[in-house]
Amino acid sequence: MDKLITHSPILIIAIPLLAAFLTPLISRVNQKARDVLVITTLALAGFLVIILARDIYANGIHIYTLGASSPTLAIPEQYMVPMRIILEVDAMSIFMCIIWATVSLAAGIYSLSFMKEETGRDRFYTLLLLMVGGVFGMMLTGDLFNLFVFLEISAISGGALVAFRTRFTDAVEGGLKYIIISTVGALMVLFAIGIFYAQYNLLNIAALGQVIQYTMLDKVALAFLVIAFAMKLGSVPLHMWVPDTYAVAPANITAMLLVSSQICMYALFRTCFSLYGVTLNTATVGWIVIILGMLSMFVGVTMAVLQTDIKRLIAYNCICESGYILLAVGVGLAVLGQPAALDTYGIAAMSGGIFHMINHALFEGLLFLAAGVLFYRVGTRNLNEMGGLAHNMKFTAILFLLGALASSGIPPFNGFASKLLIYESVYQFNPILAIIGIIVSIITLAIFVKAFFSAFTGQVLPKYKDVREAPKLMMLSMIILSIIIVFFGLFPGLIVDWLAHPAADALINQAEYISAVVGG
Amino acid sequence: MAALEFGLDFWNPIVWVIVFLVLIAGAYLLRSRGQKKYKKGTAQTQIFLSGEEPPPVEQRHIKAHNIYWGFLQALKGYYDPTVKAHTGIINDYMIWFTAIVTATAVILFIVG
Repeated sequence: MDKLITHSPILIIAIPLLAAFLTPLISRVNQKARDVLVITTLALAGFLVIILARDIYANGIHIYTLGASSPTLAIPEQYMVPMRIILEVDAMSIFMCIIWATVSLAAGIYSLSFMKEETGRDRFYTLLLLMVGGVFGMMLTGDLFNLFVFLEISAISGGALVAFRTRFTDAVEGGLKYIIISTVGALMVLFAIGIFYAQYNLLNIAALGQVIQYTMLDKVALAFLVIAFAMKLGSVPLHMWVPDTYAVAPANITAMLLVSSQICMYALFRTCFSLYGVTLNTATVGWIVIILGMLSMFVGVTMAVLQTDIKRLIAYNCICESGYILLAVGVGLAVLGQPAALDTYGIAAMSGGIFHMINHALFEGLLFLAAGVLFYRVGTRNLNEMGGLAHNMKFTAILFLLGALASSGIPPFNGFASKLLIYESVYQFNPILAIIGIIVSIITLAIFVKAFFSAFTGQVLPKYKDVREAPKLMMLSMIILSIIIVFFGLFPGLIVDWLAHPAADALINQAEYISAVVGG
Repeated sequence: MAALEFGLDFWNPIVWVIVFLVLIAGAYLLRSRGQKKYKKGTAQTQIFLSGEEPPPVEQRHIKAHNIYWGFLQALKGYYDPTVKAHTGIINDYMIWFTAIVTATAVILFIVG
């Protein structure tokens, strides 16, 4: 077991990547065996994430050096700096892995039914597993260049998955937009990496964090990194690609794209806290993040009110929910240099934001899967054409309602707990921000009242009299997410104490992140 | 384990669920005391529109684009430019990206 834990960081990345290339081969022999391989791979990655998480919460940061005589040997003998590829896993990165493992497993199970009628499913699952491996790589790497490589892997596979159903022209357009946005963002990241390498001759995040000076060039790199990641995570005013892409992708892929966007949020936080840390003007950068968050909340939710396409409506709500996370973590960043404020409300705000990350992935994932069921059964995403579907799709209606209530911050669901934590802590930083947050949450409830009323309530429309409930596997994946939502809602103290708070601590504690690689 | 504590405040969902269930039980009790003598499937349970025939189901259901019409009208001044900015053209998205990177870099140069 110890050996498995030691090697788990690389196995979590390598197993999905290996399975991705095995999938088309096995698909030629037996399609059921291919499906079993995909689900087993996702479950195995999830299992490795759990055992690694247990070890990290018990023993602290875990590093893995590729090609070294011992995986924990970060700096080769006769060298002063890390030279090899290093994976560095702390409480924050493993927290993100838990989100990704959960949502990708649910999306994988959902795919078995949702994509059943599609041709070329071997290619679909190859791309899905490539995306899974790529995103795991982004979270686990301790090296900036590898972050760029994994960002590209996840972006290319993600773009291809968005456009997978080529018979829909809007899907092809959505895929193209996703690829362009991702490529431009990744190139800006590469440009920033070039700036660091030219100045410091280093690529390792921890080693860079130790020597970074916050020169004029570092400020240019910071602007590129922050805004490139902000665009990839769909922050306003760089959000416009989100509804265009999320609405047209297969529902299971939309749920995964949502988490992959959150990983870019993770990369943004890693850049600010672990790479630059207190060398940057935390108040300035913190306020930049807060303003991006406030804009995302307000524009996201108000644009959602307009929508009549159910997936576009949820996509705009995703932008809004991302805003809450940016607001909360931005407050933590703004007071990073003030120990008293950090202790009083900064860490609580960050814990609330990080708790909201997992909640956001779960309830928005559930909503997208439920919207996918509607499209699968009714053949449209247009709310104007729906009505009375709860008569024939009772469970889907209940699960959609559960996701909607959680997203709107209605007690006792998980969204309420994380939003309450955000309001309480942000209020101490600036009351106006907390009040806007509460207003946005009320409008969120209004948009889901509209969506639920239009799709599910009223007398069943004659054309939908024979509509059936969701297939069993699609239902199973939604039930998995629902159970976790209810559990997180009923035991928020447990999740904050065990997962969110250690993750916030890991972000704040830059010295520990650096010393795990460079020592001392 | 269930409670979330912050300073002097706390949030305990288990207590909330218990209170909610008690209120639901009270509401159910009140409902059970209501009129039970109506006959299903007769005129007693049909839609009554002053004796007029009710319109077909499709026309009775309020469409999504009609919901919050007043809210959208009231905020027309905000919505018109905001919707206009969402062109759906990737070139425009890149212009936004360039503008925001530049603005951020300028802020970082000036403020620090």
